[in-house]
Amino acid sequence: MDFSDLWLTFLLTLDATLRLATPLVLAAMAGLFSERSGVVDIGLEGKMLAACFTSASVAYVTGSPWLAMFAAIGVSMVFALIHGFATITHKGDQIVSGVALNILASGLTIILGLSWFRQGGQTPSLTQEGRFLSIELPGADLLANVPVLGPLYKELLSGHNILVYLAFALVPVVWWVLYRTRFGLRLRAVGENPKAVDTAGISVNGLRYRAVLIGGVLCGIAGSYIAIAHNAAFTRDMTAGAGYIALAALIFGKWRPIGVLFACLLFGFLQSFAMRIEGVPVPGIGAIPVQLIEAVPYILTVVLLAGFIGKAIPPKAIGKPYVKER
Amino acid sequence: MTYAIQLQGIDKRFGAVHANNKVDLAVETGSIHGIVGENGAGKSTLMSILYGFYQADSGTISVFGNAYRFTDSQQAINAGIGMVHQHFMLVDNFTVLENVVLGAEGGYALAAGMDAARRELKRLANEYGLHVDLDATIDSLSVGLQQRVEILKALYKGAKILILDEPTGVLTPQETDELFKIFAALKQQGVTIILITHKLREIMAITDQVSVMRQGTMVAHVNTDATDESQLAELMVGRKVLLDVSKQPGKPGESLLKVKQLNWSDQHGVARLKNINFDIKAGEILGVAGVSGNGQSELLDVLTGISRLQQGSIEVLGKEFTAKQPFDAATMRTMGMAHVPEDRHKMGMITDFSAAESAIMGYQQDSELNAGVWLKPELVRQRCSELMVAFDVRPKDVQLKSANFSGGNQQKLILAREMERSPDVLIIGQPTRGVDVGAIEFIHQRILAMRDAGKAVLLVSVELEEILSLSDRIVVLCDGEITGRMAVEDADERKLGMLMANVQESHDPLQAQMQEAVQ
Repeated sequence: MDFSDLWLTFLLTLDATLRLATPLVLAAMAGLFSERSGVVDIGLEGKMLAACFTSASVAYVTGSPWLAMFAAIGVSMVFALIHGFATITHKGDQIVSGVALNILASGLTIILGLSWFRQGGQTPSLTQEGRFLSIELPGADLLANVPVLGPLYKELLSGHNILVYLAFALVPVVWWVLYRTRFGLRLRAVGENPKAVDTAGISVNGLRYRAVLIGGVLCGIAGSYIAIAHNAAFTRDMTAGAGYIALAALIFGKWRPIGVLFACLLFGFLQSFAMRIEGVPVPGIGAIPVQLIEAVPYILTVVLLAGFIGKAIPPKAIGKPYVKER
Repeated sequence: MTYAIQLQGIDKRFGAVHANNKVDLAVETGSIHGIVGENGAGKSTLMSILYGFYQADSGTISVFGNAYRFTDSQQAINAGIGMVHQHFMLVDNFTVLENVVLGAEGGYALAAGMDAARRELKRLANEYGLHVDLDATIDSLSVGLQQRVEILKALYKGAKILILDEPTGVLTPQETDELFKIFAALKQQGVTIILITHKLREIMAITDQVSVMRQGTMVAHVNTDATDESQLAELMVGRKVLLDVSKQPGKPGESLLKVKQLNWSDQHGVARLKNINFDIKAGEILGVAGVSGNGQSELLDVLTGISRLQQGSIEVLGKEFTAKQPFDAATMRTMGMAHVPEDRHKMGMITDFSAAESAIMGYQQDSELNAGVWLKPELVRQRCSELMVAFDVRPKDVQLKSANFSGGNQQKLILAREMERSPDVLIIGQPTRGVDVGAIEFIHQRILAMRDAGKAVLLVSVELEEILSLSDRIVVLCDGEITGRMAVEDADERKLGMLMANVQESHDPLQAQMQEAVQ
């Protein structure tokens, strides 16, 4: 194996990393808004799953990926609103509400899928028109023969669908909103000390609803990506824990956009590495069992979260419904 | 004469509680106006109505001659009212600047507004002597400086009237002096100040007028120079109150509690108690002074067996305990040590329990209360009503939920529980926190009676007046260390205050920051 082959393998692994990290980034940013406002969002998984099903169904019926995505965002926002209504308006337990939404999404997508499409809970496969397709960046083929940098541009940077670019472009935007705008300042404040926000004459509930709804929008995009960009149909429980991994990335990145981005990339890389090493004999060990490799990201998450990332201090008011005292 | 605030016939009920009953209040522009009253007299409710937290059932509010009907705090802020709450409303990990602009950022993007705010705050700081490092995060500031941030916040939002709720409760005497200087500067610039407090001494020192509330009604408006502390106390309580505790010199006997080289670190490994040594003799009260959070809670917990002894030794009634022979709270009780915890709601009682149940907590295993596995309910109730009589707990209803007693009566019930067994060593934390004047008098007399009966008493309190009037000897805790010890005859507030801030080592954060700000 010469250098250019090795380089190519490496680039392809990174390329897969980007594709696998995309839903994580979107979901983690969704969680970041919600949790920075003080609302635990364990329902990322459910919102994404509902969005997966909605986008796949709408794309199949209408053939338009954009329409599908907007429908998915709508459904995801409805889920977010339910979470908000239970936990912000009625001061319910945020974990319970989130888990309930996850269970609801998991069951509802299968039942509706069965009754609408009769394919064992799946939606019919989409044709290319119904999906978000890869975009070749200008000059990718032209530059392909330039050593080292050519493959980098063609394999790694070019050839993704629009949602991948959107997800990564989103991170600096989130950073800017969080740290450089009035909304961001208030959002960070309400997650730390909602009383301070209330006595400053700002509505705590209003801020939290907005944060939760933004989370809904981003989960809608994340779900659409999984169902109609990365895949071409809905299959049952297809999010496969991405929502929980995104939550882990959120803690791992200490609730800061840039840190969270790198955490998502790390988890994406582990997944793509697992896929690449699958079935390949490792010298001295032999082929590593698939199950073990697939478990690596989860094991690593547990190990890392158990104390290898230093102190992750969550927003102080997280998980606590705000009740005005007399 | 113009009035900054005029309240007329303010009436507010919370269910059966008549919190404000036809209250009138007039505050002159540019004056410092004190509002005093016992807990539950309705001071806080009245101020919350003025600040738009609650709406009055009836009555009118006028600010600088304009009638208002506030439905939220923002409207009160717009009318020129600012409030400094007892518990600061600050975001700990934000900078001073971020905290001040929160709610008045001046536009969607922060940058421009922040620069303008910085300039305006520099101006305010110079005008009123409110110097704070604008880029410091709140959690790095002392309590006194955090309070300044609260005041700056109100002024920045255009407050012409400042309401301060118990502002000196968390301050050292020196910080209190600084605060009063700031009040004077504010007054000179025409700011009206409303000061809610229960410390009559401060009312006398700083205010122009005083209004006294009792049980939801306004009972008096007086000019400060036409009244004195005992008259105010009488107005608050509705009867004559003995403010000064008259105390005979103690007759100390042998040492009942000896603490040697006590060190203790919390779960994060931070040293909370450093080389603590003291002893308490029979018939003696040892006062522990200090700003809250300087190791007092940890000391109480270790002594009473709630936290495990780590290093050093504690000798109780001749029996020595070390880290190798640890003990728990139950052992201490059977040894003859009683404990009145600092926080009655967290550690003193279970607020959902009836008075009778709360009155046996810690002693529920007593053989006379138990028959096999069963408690004897009549006996439990009977004991509680005996305690209630002995300590004048009101109402005398043993079945009433503990939460439904007033703070003073809850505290009396706990004191009764711990004292009526005549323990040899009594450990008391903050005996009169949140307790009204009438009950304070009673509690102080009971503590002195324990001493005169030959008991050893450890008294931890953040109220210097209390320490000075009850103790025979005083130790001062600062940052987990004893920074000074003296007989009560040699002590005064000033001396204690210096030791509480440990200023002789000249690294007082407050002063250091002030010097920084001046340069």
